[in-house]
Amino acid sequence: MAISFLLGFGVYAVSPPPPTSALQHPPSPLSLSHTNRVTEMEEAQYEIDLGNLTAFDQHHQFASPPTSREEIVKETIEQATKLVQAVADALFNLPSTEDPDGPLVKLPPPTAKFPREKPLPKPRPPTQWEVFAQQKGIQKRKKEKMAYDEQTGTWKRLHGYDRVNDDNDIPIIDAKATDEPGTDPFAERRKEKKSRVDKQEGNRLKNLKNAQKAGALPSHIQLAATALPITGTQSQPKKVSKDVLQNVAGMAATATASGGKFDKKLPGEKPLKHEKKYRKYLPAVEGSGMGTIEKQQTENVLNRLMSKHSHQILNVEKAVNMYNVKREKHQRRQGGQSSNSGKFKANKKSFKKTSNKGHSSSSKGKSK
Amino acid sequence: MLKIKTPKSGRIKRDLEKRAPKLVETRKKTLILHGTKTSSVLNSVLTEIHHLKKDNSIKYSRRNDKIRPFESGGETSLEFFSLKTDCSLFVFASHTKKRPNNLVIGRFYDHHIYDLVEVGIENFRSVGSFSYDMKLAPQLGSKPFFAFIGEAFESVDELKHLKEVLLDLFRGEVITNLNLAGLDRVYVCTALSPNRVFFSHFALRLKKSGTKVPRMELVEVGPSMDMVVRRHHQPDDSLRKEAMKMAPDSTKKKEKNVVKDDILGKLGKIYIPDQKVGSVPLANKSKGVKRERREAKAAKGEGDNPTTPKKQKQDSE
Repeated sequence: MAISFLLGFGVYAVSPPPPTSALQHPPSPLSLSHTNRVTEMEEAQYEIDLGNLTAFDQHHQFASPPTSREEIVKETIEQATKLVQAVADALFNLPSTEDPDGPLVKLPPPTAKFPREKPLPKPRPPTQWEVFAQQKGIQKRKKEKMAYDEQTGTWKRLHGYDRVNDDNDIPIIDAKATDEPGTDPFAERRKEKKSRVDKQEGNRLKNLKNAQKAGALPSHIQLAATALPITGTQSQPKKVSKDVLQNVAGMAATATASGGKFDKKLPGEKPLKHEKKYRKYLPAVEGSGMGTIEKQQTENVLNRLMSKHSHQILNVEKAVNMYNVKREKHQRRQGGQSSNSGKFKANKKSFKKTSNKGHSSSSKGKSK
Repeated sequence: MLKIKTPKSGRIKRDLEKRAPKLVETRKKTLILHGTKTSSVLNSVLTEIHHLKKDNSIKYSRRNDKIRPFESGGETSLEFFSLKTDCSLFVFASHTKKRPNNLVIGRFYDHHIYDLVEVGIENFRSVGSFSYDMKLAPQLGSKPFFAFIGEAFESVDELKHLKEVLLDLFRGEVITNLNLAGLDRVYVCTALSPNRVFFSHFALRLKKSGTKVPRMELVEVGPSMDMVVRRHHQPDDSLRKEAMKMAPDSTKKKEKNVVKDDILGKLGKIYIPDQKVGSVPLANKSKGVKRERREAKAAKGEGDNPTTPKKQKQDSE
């Protein structure tokens, strides 16, 4: 029977030696029938996973249905011993190194796959500096810990206490030709350093935000919102878009009397979309008397007024009634002198037509 | 506005880094807890599992009412505990009339339930009921052997699942270097029927045999119980696929001190440490020990003449 090996690391089938070589095993005082049974069981192939020290016997069946608990236990012990022996065989045959505690063996990786407990970590996106360095081809260089300080003539450390080129240690700064007399160069240096530090902090925050977007924030860092939005939720305040921001200045400008004309503008701010107030003045000089533009304006206004509010301005029915009453009085005074005074029936229709340019006749649904 | 928050002490930073997801995962912590009602059997089962996994398990002693792992709303408490204690395996015991001596073993992925197996415990024998030589007792934290017997572990879905989960629960850390002197325990699972598994724990005794491989002897120690599989919950295919994702193969180690030259081919550099001239211990060449002297003495003893002229040894020391 040939010994067959499966591909792959820790799992291989232990194929049993042929019956004839059973004699190679340590001699057992048991009868031949027992050794036959043993070899028969060994015919089975055990699946061995060395990385996990596991042996799995697929083909075992209880020779007789187990009667009592002790039977089960005994059978189990026997089978288990064989399985463990098989694993140990493979294990002890691995190349081992000596150690004061005992022989050390390098285990192959386990074959049985288990699910992860946490998702795979995502790779961090490159920082702003890394992108720039890659573009320019800048290589990283190892920095020395100490540097030679010419002022004192000793080797000092680069960062930390008593360092080289410390800003606070400079006693005298020579004035350059470009310097103005009133400025304090020490204060200038301090301001520059502060601005550099703040810029770096801003860049660091930007890099971390990018990492957070990619899901790769370092485990010990958290980005927390310092001010909660008015809605009271934990979400970040909604970002305002560029166009809205550009119009905000214009919107605020209309609050001023001059329409934002004299407001101080930041560099790069675009001119307002609608300068000045929303008021158009007519030209001062244009023809004599009422200029055409002014006439048109007033006409427009009047027409609109009349058309909308005609029913309020002229109560047609009342006017007609009054006219009729007046006429009757007049006729009565004159006696029955002229009897062919036809009463004027109110020609409601025509009036309504001229006044209502497309409006509904009843005033019920109208809003005033 | 965002603010960067970093931990102010190194200990907290190290703890946070331990909890962060890693490329290659080695150990899983276990959470052991029980529900509204337990029986004495279950109590001892829980304490014994806790002892077996002393280093990486957390046992809650109070009862937890709202946990029902198999129901959709009942696992929020479990997931919260998993988040707080950073555990990815749990063992939950509960005893009801419908399911007596019930044990639910489950796993988490990303602190959400991944899969569950529910077993009933029968015929439990605790550690104290076994008597054995104390010297054989397996040490805490040693890497165990596993033996699974029975074809049902391959053919029946539930038993296959149980096999995976038991392996995950008891195998300990995944290591590459193993000390062969420290092997002292075996977990044995025998499939008695398609839904019953006999689980037991043995100590190993390595006996001298003629060959390099020692002979194994098993001594029953530790808890033994019958597990009757009741319910189980497998993860969705997509979740399983995501959880089984392996880390991409790490970049091969750079071969150091080897340079490939076009003309000369492959060149290697060998660094020889400085010779310690002057501090090498001299050989033990005390007079009485030298072999020539011993032989001469032996020959002299047989010889007649006790006084032989002293030979001058020119060759060297």
